[in-house]
Amino acid sequence: MTKVTMTVNGKSVSGDVEGRTLLSSFLREDLRLTGTHIGCDTSQCGACVVHVNGEAVKSCAMFALEADGADVTTIEGQANADGSLNTIQQAFQDHHGLQCGFCTPGMVMSAAALLKDNPKPSEAEIREYLEGNICRCTGYHNIVKAIMAASGQDVSAIAAE
Amino acid sequence: MYAFDIERPASVADAVAALGTEDAQALGGGQTLIPTLKQRLAAPSRLVSLSGVTEMQGVASEAGNIRIGGATTHATVASQVGGTYPALADLAANIGDPAVRNRGTIGGSLANNDPAACYPAAALGSGATIITNKRQIAADDYFQGMFTTALEEGEIITAVSFPVPEKANYQKFVQPASRFALVGVFVAKYSDGVRVAVTGASNEGVHRWSAAEEALSGNFSADAIADLSVSADDLINDLHGSAEYRAHLVKVMTGRAVAAAM
Ligand SMILES: Cc1cc2nc3c(=O)[nH]c(=O)nc-3n(C[C@H](O)[C@H](O)[C@H](O)COP(=O)(O)OP(=O)(O)OC[C@H]3O[C@@H](n4cnc5c(N)ncnc54)[C@H](O)[C@@H]3O)c2cc1C
Ligand code: FES
Ligand code: FES
Repeated sequence: MTKVTMTVNGKSVSGDVEGRTLLSSFLREDLRLTGTHIGCDTSQCGACVVHVNGEAVKSCAMFALEADGADVTTIEGQANADGSLNTIQQAFQDHHGLQCGFCTPGMVMSAAALLKDNPKPSEAEIREYLEGNICRCTGYHNIVKAIMAASGQDVSAIAAE
Repeated sequence: MYAFDIERPASVADAVAALGTEDAQALGGGQTLIPTLKQRLAAPSRLVSLSGVTEMQGVASEAGNIRIGGATTHATVASQVGGTYPALADLAANIGDPAVRNRGTIGGSLANNDPAACYPAAALGSGATIITNKRQIAADDYFQGMFTTALEEGEIITAVSFPVPEKANYQKFVQPASRFALVGVFVAKYSDGVRVAVTGASNEGVHRWSAAEEALSGNFSADAIADLSVSADDLINDLHGSAEYRAHLVKVMTGRAVAAAM
């Protein structure tokens, strides 16, 4: 076992991990931050997306040891300080961007990464950015709509409610 | 996954030394290797992570060439190479998805040499030089069939040097489930001729299409290849597409790449 220390959602945390411990396992099993979901464990679905040093990564495809010293943000770090939903989360609720909610943590983390680099993305840019996030419920339209709305854009032109 | 240790060296010399121990394996972005380990298709006793080796990171221009560190991510190539070699930046920007591009590296992609991967087409199509801790290898000698390269045990790709062409383009016909290329064609025009490299199509992995190179070197337009045909012999035939379909795509994607080259 090797000791790792990292900042997760603004708090310094540490733990003992094996070489093979995935960042997703460290977050979920050691830190009990189970908002990061494991949909496939084969790098396909994006439910496990978190930010490492500000960049979206699949936490099921990175070892915890490689995040030693890093700044990690998960879905648990998204709400506002008073516990209310942040703009992206609120937009997902307002625009019915989730049904079962399994993909939602990854969708919100990907959306946050997109809007950080590109504050007013086009519909096509949003769809392209979400290529690695799979949703089996919504059909994506309302997710795209929520992200458009979160970026302060008109959503009336996007298909389907 | 079977158990293993992870080393995080800070220099090429330390990485190479760590790789000298029995059953050690390099870890780039892990985007291919971690799924492989999960399936227990590899059982290294030690992984040597290259992500902390700063001398293997980043992009530099030098006398008509662009040199990319072996541990440079696809996202960095996409954002930093556009001004010098736009076709290469575009190729990197269309690998997988954003999270894969934030971790996956050029060295890992070229070392893996997946028959449907994108970078092998760019390296072969540009006549790039693969630079390792030991030597420099011309792309023409480097790729040796699917998942097979000239790399020796414990040898790592420290950088890749691409001669910048006059014009180039990569056209990828995406296999939507994997996001790899069903067929991808990289075309690059240099003052001394045109190179055409094809990925995704052949059981032999990435390869050059010499008939198209000859035709395009005389006349760089999509019309120049109109009369050529691609044989389906030895092309990949699977549930995603027949060998004949892939043969057809090779020509279509080549034509599109020529038309789009800039
Ligand atoms: C969902 C998904 C979609 C993808 N889509 C595409 C795509 O469209 N096109 C495409 O080309 N690829 C695609 N990939 C693959 C991706 O580009 C990988 O990043 C790449 O193939 C491997 O790079 P890596 O740095 O992650 O290497 P790793 O997975 O860490 O390593 C792969 C192999 O290379 C070795 N290695 C790593 N670095 C070096 C080095 N510097 N020198 C020598 N050996 C080294 C390792 O030991 C291992 O054998 C996709 C992957 C995923 C998960
Ligand atoms: S659980 Fe990581 S990509 Fe699906
Ligand atoms: S809301 Fe159910 S998977 Fe997306």
